[in-house]
Amino acid sequence: MEFSFPLVWEILPRLLEATIVTLEATAAGFTLALICGGVMVTLMRSRSRIAARLARFVMEFFRATPLLAQLYFLFFVLPGIGIVLSPFATGAIALGLHYGAYAAEAYRAGLESVPKGQWEAATSLNYSRWRTYVSVILPQALPPIVPAIGNIFIGMLKDTAVLSAVTVTELMFVANEIGSETFQYTEPVTAAAIIYLVMSLVATGFIHVIDRRLRRQEVSA
Amino acid sequence: MIPIVKFEGVTKRFGQTVVLDNFDFTVAPGEKVVLIGPSGSGKSTLLRVLMTLERINSGMVMIDGEALWYVRDGADVVPTTEAHLRRMRAHVGMVFQQFNLFPHMTALQNVASGPRYVMGKSKAEAEAIAEGLLRKVGLGDKLGSYPARLSGGQQQRVAIARALALQPKVMLFDEVTSALDPELVGEVLDVMRALSSERDLTMLIVTHQMGVAQALADRVCFFEKGVMVEEGPPEQVIGSPINPRTQSFLRAVKLT
Repeated sequence: MEFSFPLVWEILPRLLEATIVTLEATAAGFTLALICGGVMVTLMRSRSRIAARLARFVMEFFRATPLLAQLYFLFFVLPGIGIVLSPFATGAIALGLHYGAYAAEAYRAGLESVPKGQWEAATSLNYSRWRTYVSVILPQALPPIVPAIGNIFIGMLKDTAVLSAVTVTELMFVANEIGSETFQYTEPVTAAAIIYLVMSLVATGFIHVIDRRLRRQEVSA
Repeated sequence: MIPIVKFEGVTKRFGQTVVLDNFDFTVAPGEKVVLIGPSGSGKSTLLRVLMTLERINSGMVMIDGEALWYVRDGADVVPTTEAHLRRMRAHVGMVFQQFNLFPHMTALQNVASGPRYVMGKSKAEAEAIAEGLLRKVGLGDKLGSYPARLSGGQQQRVAIARALALQPKVMLFDEVTSALDPELVGEVLDVMRALSSERDLTMLIVTHQMGVAQALADRVCFFEKGVMVEEGPPEQVIGSPINPRTQSFLRAVKLT
């Protein structure tokens, strides 16, 4: 099998352009996931049993069904009820909901890692519920979930490839497009994989730095 | 005179276990009461009910003449509104066995947090209050230390200062020296002894250490199975108890 480096150089600009779309989709999806996760975990912990059950069910549903199925559902069903979104927006929402369920689970684990005594101390100091979360619980719940949130980020970065199924011009879509134009799949797909690898490694490095910084604070504390 | 704390026919169950059984109890303002008894006798629950950390099944709890939980018809106790509970909690401060300091805040921030976030003082005012209190408990040189860098005795003194910062009328001490190494008990007791000279401050102290009871108490109450078996001045209850169950408990405690 021949591997043509000149071809890689030739297609690299197009791939990098598509990489920007991949990064945009990841950023939008990740932001939405953090927010959706927050909403889900808030509902799951709410005093209303119905809301808690429903949120629990929604979370399990998003985790138990394929991202691709959720994406197709949004892409083909939403227009039928009059909601027409761009492929990119649909993709970002699908990523946000799917990974939001995982974020909710990470948040829940973080909240539960805070000892009961911290809640009781906050009550004994007459803190409001909001103040208890903001000043006591969240500062302790967030650092331990940084690795889990980091995994969500990296998982999502790779799963943006799924958005090619609804014609978002991200990295895999363009690699595939080049393949069908030139009948050379090896070069574009290999190049795309390497770009994913580089992005994942950079992200892993960042997460590691954040995690270490938070841990160092904890030790010095 | 209005009692600062009053329990009327209070029953508290955890599942099938009755922790407080139709319990009556009155504390005068400024009184220092020490509660002793075997574990599971309901003495910690009494404090936790006052701090609104536990709800009761029936009966009436009054703080400074005001009801904490209301009873509606039937045996169900319906909690009051959160606003009312917050107003009532302002009368009460609590110190825990496991300190429960906020690990991400320095000693100063721990103590200043109440005045700042609950009483709405400015950062400077809150820190001035906190610094004064930390000096009072002998920790003027540890203002910037995080709890993990403090000994158990120091942490517990920060916790006492933190509770005092909100100027409660009633201070609850739930086995505050039980988690400490023996050599660190003294420094915490010294702080409590100094506090006990404040005439307006009511103190309710749960302890397994009879020395604490003898040093601080106006009145000692012996609990067993959710019932108060014997009460009186420390000389009587600890020195020469009348009730045979008090006697056997004290014998067991002195042996260990």
